[in-house]
Amino acid sequence: MKNIKVLGTGCANCKTTLKLIEEVAREKGAEIQLEKVEDLPAIMGYGVMSTPGVVVDGKVVHAGGVPSRDKIAGWL
Amino acid sequence: MFIKNWPRTFLLLAAVLWFVAYQLLEPLSHVLVNALPVERNSRLYDALQFFLYDTPKVLLLLAGVVLVMGMVNSWFTAERTRALLAGRHEGVGNVLAALLGIVTPFCSCSAVPLFIGFVQAGVPLGVTFSFLISAPMVNEIALTLLFALFGWKIAALYLGLGLAIAIISGYIIGRLKMENHLEDWVRNMPAVTATVEGDTLTLADRIGAGFASVREIVGKVWPYVLAGIAIGAGIHGYVPQDYMASLMGKDAGWWSVPVSVLIGVPMYTNAAGIIPIVEALLAKGASLGTVLAFMMSVIALSFPEMVILRKVLKLRLIAVFVGVVATGILLVGYVFNMIL
Repeated sequence: MKNIKVLGTGCANCKTTLKLIEEVAREKGAEIQLEKVEDLPAIMGYGVMSTPGVVVDGKVVHAGGVPSRDKIAGWL
Repeated sequence: MFIKNWPRTFLLLAAVLWFVAYQLLEPLSHVLVNALPVERNSRLYDALQFFLYDTPKVLLLLAGVVLVMGMVNSWFTAERTRALLAGRHEGVGNVLAALLGIVTPFCSCSAVPLFIGFVQAGVPLGVTFSFLISAPMVNEIALTLLFALFGWKIAALYLGLGLAIAIISGYIIGRLKMENHLEDWVRNMPAVTATVEGDTLTLADRIGAGFASVREIVGKVWPYVLAGIAIGAGIHGYVPQDYMASLMGKDAGWWSVPVSVLIGVPMYTNAAGIIPIVEALLAKGASLGTVLAFMMSVIALSFPEMVILRKVLKLRLIAVFVGVVATGILLVGYVFNMIL
């Protein structure tokens, strides 16, 4: 099971990203553990400057803007 | 796929198509209005013609500019901009930061992570502020809409003055040496070296990024544009000019500029949302300096953004930031009202 974290301070794009990941995972039947990280020092700890950022199994795979469906499918 | 294999040919074809479409808009709008059961040369005829010509014109301009900027943005990521600014001296650094603010993608919701990331990598505080002021205020959407609706002179003035405010405000904040007014947890963050991973994007990827931003931005912005043009079309001959003139016009008195700036602070909207209001104010006789000051205040000084910034800045630094930027905007308003 993959652990996916969405980093963001609660803006609209972060919520969209979260929803999109849930959707793609459901379509593909992939089991994931989805978390939202809103704490600023924690976000900065990943070295991400543009939110939303996405972390898969501890590795930053995306920063800035809503990721495309294809990109998300590639992570799962 | 065509874009993947022939990206250059695709861009060329798209540019030609765009240009032809742009040239065809005016004759097409005449054909359309003439087909409607409206009396020629009536007020309604003029208003309809204005609406049917301006709407596709503005949307087409916006789509073109956003596409090109989307491609440019894919080059100037926040990480690359940070690496370019790290270790710069004030002065040159402020100018560079303000210019990079135009081409770097920026969303006000990532203002704080960006701020910390810059400071962490050794970008001077004043230079960081130049970037933070310019990025939201001087952006391609505001400039395109100003150009399309009010002409290139107003767009150029907005560009020049916006950059000047960002450069000078950042420089002043840097001179004041307020590094100790950052919140403690920010100052205690480990320093990082700004590096850029070589990006492997092809031209086709950048075109894809451009179209993605057209979908995202134009998809979000078109209702505001439509509202702005509808107001403009409605005003075409219908509304008396003297009402706003007495409040925000040239002879309204010294207080009209600061009052406009004050009204602008709690308002929070993007560049596109403010354009319909600007159009209505100008058409009703408000003077250009006062309206530009109002527009800059709405975009650059927003109360919600200050609340977020409070997490990383102590109150005094926020107060200085607001004071310096507001003074710059006031000056812009007064100078414009004087020379025009």
